[in-house]
Amino acid sequence: MSDEKKPDKQGLSRRGFLKASGISLSVPLVLNYRMVKAAGAEVKVLGPGKAPIQLTINSKPFTAEVEPRVTLLEALRNDLDLTGAKRVCDRATCGACTVIMDGKPVYSCSVLAIEAQGKKITTVEGLMQGERLHPVQQAFVDNDAQQCGYCTPGFVVACKAFLDKNPNPTPEEVKRGLGGNLCRCGTYVGVRAAVLQASRGRKGGQRG
Amino acid sequence: MAEYKWPDADKRTLIGKRISRTDGPHKVSGHARYNSDLNRPGMLHGRLLCSPHAHAKITSIDTSAAEAMPGVKAVYIIPDPDREIKWAGEEIVAVAAVDEPTARDAIRAIKVVYEVLPHSVLDTDPKAVGSLARPAQAQKVGDPDKGFAEAEVTAEGLYGMPVITHCCLEPHGSVIEWEDDKNLLVHLSTQAVSSIAAAMAPVLEIPAANIRVKQDHIGGGFGSKFGPDRWDFAAAQLSKKAGGKPVKIFLDRDSELMVAGARPSAYAKVKVGAKKDGTITAWQSESWASGGQGGGGSPPMPYIFNIPNQSKQHTAIQTNIGPQRAWRAPNHPQACLITMSALEDLAAAIGMDPLEFFLKNIELTGPRAEIYREEFQIAADLIGWKKNWHQRGDKTAGPIKRGLGLSLHTWGGGGHPSDCDITIQPDGSVELKMGTQDLGTGTRTTVEIVAADTFGLPMGVVKVLIGDNRFPTSGGSGGSTTIAGVSGATRRAALDALDQIFAKAAPALGAKPEDLEAVAGTILVKSNPAKRLTWKQACSKIGQVPITVRGKNPGPGKLGDSGVGGVQMADVSVDIETGVVRVNKIVAVQDCGLVIDIKTAESQVYGALIMGVCSALYEEKIMDAKTGKMLNPNMEFYKLAGIGDIGDLVVHMMTGKGYDERGVIGLGEPPAVSPYAALSNAVANAIGVRVPTLPLTPDRVLAALAKKGGSNARI
Amino acid sequence: MRGFEYASPTTKEQAVSLLGSSDDDAMALAGGTDLLSLMKDDIVAPRRLVNLKDVAELRGIRLLPDGSLRIGALVTVQELLDNAIVKRGYASLIHAADGITSPQIRAMGTVGGDLCQRPRCWYYRAGFGLLAKDKDGAALVPEGDNRYHAILGNTGPAYFVNPSSLAPALIALGAKLHIFGSGGQVEMNLENFFAAPTSANEKEYRLKPNEIVTEIIVPSAGGWKNATYEVRQKESLDWPLAAASVALKMSGKTIESARVVLGHVAPVPWRSGEAQAYLAGKTISEQVAETAGTLAVARASAMSHNGYKIQLARVAVKRAIMKAAQGGQR
Repeated sequence: MSDEKKPDKQGLSRRGFLKASGISLSVPLVLNYRMVKAAGAEVKVLGPGKAPIQLTINSKPFTAEVEPRVTLLEALRNDLDLTGAKRVCDRATCGACTVIMDGKPVYSCSVLAIEAQGKKITTVEGLMQGERLHPVQQAFVDNDAQQCGYCTPGFVVACKAFLDKNPNPTPEEVKRGLGGNLCRCGTYVGVRAAVLQASRGRKGGQRG
Repeated sequence: MAEYKWPDADKRTLIGKRISRTDGPHKVSGHARYNSDLNRPGMLHGRLLCSPHAHAKITSIDTSAAEAMPGVKAVYIIPDPDREIKWAGEEIVAVAAVDEPTARDAIRAIKVVYEVLPHSVLDTDPKAVGSLARPAQAQKVGDPDKGFAEAEVTAEGLYGMPVITHCCLEPHGSVIEWEDDKNLLVHLSTQAVSSIAAAMAPVLEIPAANIRVKQDHIGGGFGSKFGPDRWDFAAAQLSKKAGGKPVKIFLDRDSELMVAGARPSAYAKVKVGAKKDGTITAWQSESWASGGQGGGGSPPMPYIFNIPNQSKQHTAIQTNIGPQRAWRAPNHPQACLITMSALEDLAAAIGMDPLEFFLKNIELTGPRAEIYREEFQIAADLIGWKKNWHQRGDKTAGPIKRGLGLSLHTWGGGGHPSDCDITIQPDGSVELKMGTQDLGTGTRTTVEIVAADTFGLPMGVVKVLIGDNRFPTSGGSGGSTTIAGVSGATRRAALDALDQIFAKAAPALGAKPEDLEAVAGTILVKSNPAKRLTWKQACSKIGQVPITVRGKNPGPGKLGDSGVGGVQMADVSVDIETGVVRVNKIVAVQDCGLVIDIKTAESQVYGALIMGVCSALYEEKIMDAKTGKMLNPNMEFYKLAGIGDIGDLVVHMMTGKGYDERGVIGLGEPPAVSPYAALSNAVANAIGVRVPTLPLTPDRVLAALAKKGGSNARI
Repeated sequence: MRGFEYASPTTKEQAVSLLGSSDDDAMALAGGTDLLSLMKDDIVAPRRLVNLKDVAELRGIRLLPDGSLRIGALVTVQELLDNAIVKRGYASLIHAADGITSPQIRAMGTVGGDLCQRPRCWYYRAGFGLLAKDKDGAALVPEGDNRYHAILGNTGPAYFVNPSSLAPALIALGAKLHIFGSGGQVEMNLENFFAAPTSANEKEYRLKPNEIVTEIIVPSAGGWKNATYEVRQKESLDWPLAAASVALKMSGKTIESARVVLGHVAPVPWRSGEAQAYLAGKTISEQVAETAGTLAVARASAMSHNGYKIQLARVAVKRAIMKAAQGGQR
């Protein structure tokens, strides 16, 4: 960082900043949050310390205390012990952390836990129906769409979301529609077959 | 006494079939716990301070601010006797704190003063790096001068591939805790569960017997995860400082790519000569390689083809990049790419179909010649070689040019030493224990297949326990030695255990033990199959005390072998206006003796092909000459193929007569050798000119076209 | 990532009021796919994040009375792809969005975020600053590894390429941008939003720390043939090596006027006046498209490792024109 001024963390002057930004404190600092007057309304400001959060994951409520900087992925893995989603690239590239949020596949490494509140989150752990594997999961097993298995949970979730949106894809659509997940062992042939097996109206994968 | 051999084809119930991996449901459900998934009670999170400089002396380290931070439980300066940093990303200080954010804050609070020293990170030109390039090897075979004099056609070229990095999806790391002053519990991501304790003990100054190592699953290794690493020792020291609390350190992705895996590069200027009929007469190579401080490997060239006259020189280049590590088939991919490219160029110079050219010289490959011939024929049919191959340079109109390429490879393998304990309970339940590990290759599944097939049981009965160094010792998973090691040990244990069951059950069946066999969940009399006990009934004859039998590899009987090979053919399309290469299809024909599980074996080959596509087209550890930093320590610019980038893959396993009777041979490495050469040759065939070095990126493809002076080369 | 405080306002007025006078004070969080990565890499370290996702007025795609299309800054790439109006009339935008081949990025990434994401220059991301200088102030890019850097507008001090996928298409379509700040709303041509920084204190776009992008207005593309062509190495998620978007106003078979914008070749989305001037009055043909491509890179200059991108940019322009001529089929 030669030509960019680094913020001086130690010298952080909140009062100065608040003054400069024309915000006045309406409530003194309390434990986890404070209310700040912004454009005539009271807006809750949390952090930088830990704040309690409530998440709805796999239809169950979870609570945790995390700093705003904690990602959804970190909260799942470190605070809630839901370790199916993996931290691999941690930069919204590889897909190993994929979860479904309000029906859409997202990289949980790039969602803050605090902003995931109020959303319906489905992780790989939430796909099983009781003791039974979800059809996508079963198709992954049947077609050996996994080796070391570290990309697998994210891939399974991405495939589930893909099939929710495209219930009956062509092989070409499968190749084009799952570009957000990376595998290192090289299981894509199995994944393609698994998605086709799990798609509506198809029986049996390509890899028996 | 059992006869230690594999069952005949008609007797195999599970071996050689298509069985789904047994831990598949755990993995797809997210329930499989990798060591990086562990949240041990009271666990602290460790992070590392790493050097931003590629070469430097450490002048001072001030950790006081970090130590004073609330939530920081231990700070440990990683010992480095000469305090000399030799690559960017080298670890200097480790911190353990109550959570990750605190640990990261603490790392930022540490002040290190460096005296920056000159570095060198490039390896493409040995002449440019002075004394960092050292002659490593020179060899003469036959009479090279005479060989070239006999040659009617010669071809010369530069070929090579850069350093690439393993990029295991589960980074290197561990969770380590002191159970008391003398006993250490280690959860480490490793390819060698049984060997970790011995490697850690001397450094930690405790008996190896006091170190327990566990691992249920590993998220990729590919040769880079054999020993404990510096950060693992740091985790142990941090744990000690923190009163034994578990400390978790798994590398961040940038560190993983910078320091935890580097396959050496290899480059060579090659000249080859042949007669007009295709007979190869001579080989000459000046090669160089680098893999960091170690200077890289020395690829065995010419690869496979034992050309009668050879002259070879090799140079090792020292660089300030992360240390080299083994990678699927060390040295072979490099040697294969260079050799098969040079030979394909020679075939093109003669104007000969490379398939014909390779077959013409196939005897130079030695005793495997006939197998290669057979494999080439199968591959040629699968890819439509006759129909689709054309002379160099696709002459059809339009910017998309299509081409075919081929390659062949070999690997040794052999079974590593392995012990397997099988315990059979009087109630018929069976437990198998082995200190091995399943890299995703299917080890867990294959040992169950072997045991269950031997006992005449279905899948799901034998309980397989692996991944613990308290279990009988098994070798590290490297060099394609695992499957032969574990299946041999398992088969021997199972046969011996079955002998004991036969002995106990024989009286009840009124037969001699040697007249019994285990079939479909029963123990029956061969001459009178109606006389039978269920497995459970037979086991009840054991008495009160279960039987435990140990099987070993190596051991009696020929259950495994070494030495396999295969051929691969690739079909690519190249856009000569943009230089973008797309894979249409790759065919792999592979032999590996008796296949225990066709399904997971095929997966190994598919995976090898995909890995080959990744580094043939995309992968490169891009180092910045001036700053000494890796410029792409992320998965955005350290590019890997995605699901749409691999074309259609076809795998044909050579099985049956002539192969099965060899016994079991490993498969991890061999198919990972050829893809680079097959793809490079296919690109050359498509565009009419060799792209000398990998990866086959648009800039390199366009540069090759420009050099060729083709009408579309416009740079 | 360093610690920060977090607020999630519900109106744009609140959002702007919660922002500060510098990025160190506060930054706006949209899709998060870039900002959180920048924070993890310690390239930016705001003391406050202002989440925009609860500001409902930043969402939605709708036709305005004058026939133009209003795209909220928080519309996701996937919403853009799924929108019937966009699909019907704005092929070039669909092509560009379709080039973002990760469904996850499409579901998370927003149109405003695509425009405001920061360059992927690996020197910048490694902490050498946007202008990529070493500790002695020497520029690292021109003699360094610049294989993905600029070939146009690369006389310095900026050498990176603008990373936006959508900007070339939007600019070619004549889009305007609405920016909201303490002084109210400002409208500007999207093209003018981008500017190569001349000093380390500047960004590559004109948005003050206490302003946000609220919406993009795209004029009706009726009568305009349009298409985008990206040269990408991978089919899966990957950055284009070069891209071009064209909009051609047709009068029968003749091009009445043309807009040609290149992406990933310059510190800003690069409008090619040369190609545009040439195309006016021409009938589309392979030859015409080829010449337009050649003209588009006439002023390009290679650094040590990126000469190949000149060829890619030329081809991208040619292919975008031909793709537009063919009705913009994917």
